[in-house]
Amino acid sequence: MVRAYELNTLQYDPALCTGCGMCATVCPHAVFALNGHVAQLVYPAACMECGACQKNCPTGAIAVDSGVGCATAMIIAALSGKKEGTCGCS
Amino acid sequence: MSTNRNPLQTHIQPTTSAITPANRWDHFLARLGVNRMRHRVTPGLYALGNPTPDSPVFVAANYTLSFDALRSALAGVDGYIMVLDTRGINVWCAAGEGTFGTDELVQRIEKTALHDVVSHRVLILPQLGAPGVAAHEVKERSGFRVEYGPVRAADLSEYLKARRATPEMRRVRFTLRDRAVLVLVEVVHALLPMSIVAVVMLFLSNLLASAAVVAATLAGVVLFPIMLPWLPTRDFSSKGFILGGAVALPFALAAFLRSPDAAWWLRAGQALTYLLPLPPLTAFLALNFTGSTTFTSRSGVRREIFTYIPIMAWSFGIGIVLAIVLSLIRVVGG
Repeated sequence: MVRAYELNTLQYDPALCTGCGMCATVCPHAVFALNGHVAQLVYPAACMECGACQKNCPTGAIAVDSGVGCATAMIIAALSGKKEGTCGCS
Repeated sequence: MSTNRNPLQTHIQPTTSAITPANRWDHFLARLGVNRMRHRVTPGLYALGNPTPDSPVFVAANYTLSFDALRSALAGVDGYIMVLDTRGINVWCAAGEGTFGTDELVQRIEKTALHDVVSHRVLILPQLGAPGVAAHEVKERSGFRVEYGPVRAADLSEYLKARRATPEMRRVRFTLRDRAVLVLVEVVHALLPMSIVAVVMLFLSNLLASAAVVAATLAGVVLFPIMLPWLPTRDFSSKGFILGGAVALPFALAAFLRSPDAAWWLRAGQALTYLLPLPPLTAFLALNFTGSTTFTSRSGVRREIFTYIPIMAWSFGIGIVLAIVLSLIRVVGG
């Protein structure tokens, strides 16, 4: 059985963390927690790649391949070989 | 409303926390997907109650459902609501696309002369706007500090008491109620193609085939969202295959039993014309539902597409070819 959601593109470099806690604040799945003076990845498997942590990290300690996870747009892109467009929601 | 308005503030429009029957009708149409892009609020600054220069400023998307959820949650609060131009899209999707974003926020602060309206420099944003907004950049470019409020507007009054969100307020959920609300728009989108195929099947084949198409489609757009957490396996496609298989089974059985005098391989073949093309149809609709959830990652959905779409295509294709071959045999044989 394939488990498509066990891996994701979230990467975090604790060496760059200043402990501002923004990642823990913005994450809707509690992937980060502030442990003393640095953020810690406590539940990386729950990451949905929304990109909120990366966007709000002032030191660039977080990288994630974020984007609109819209299956319809991605299927069209996969079939046509074109670049993934934005979601049909707009 | 106060009457001694500062001339600078004439661009501020009054609003209330009341949700009128007209608002409810608009929400219903939005949920149905009717005129999806037309449920808009004019971007700009709104005054809720009787705000003073010390009152809090809340930032919203210009989708009526988003704006109304915010203002109705702020009953009894005096404050400002700054509506960004997200082209009628909700906060989460607009943040993902960048329209609920740093640039629009900074520009809207300037356009509404927010510096002159309030004396403080704090903005309260919905947490789900964070994928589009870099708080540190907003601070640098406008002087305003971004404070992320709770995920749900309903938690705002609790949040405002201590200006702190509990861990519970920071988490997105995907409750039965959340999923049930989505069923309506899923059905609306599926209705036309489903009806066309069902009618075509009625003429090409029979009532059983027509009913099976309707059942497999409704399984994908109604049963699947409702049953999502309880279906076995993790991936949406495999969940969809299992659900679609369960729905196709009685139709396959009926097809097998309806011609007891025919050769066994013909009867088994008839059953397969239900078991092969229907489950992938349900699975495909299930896979599409990933776009509506609050937890599927893009790389995961991509992995699902590359893993399961070929299986769906083969199963569906072989099933259709088999159905054509069997009906040719019947025409030749009969």
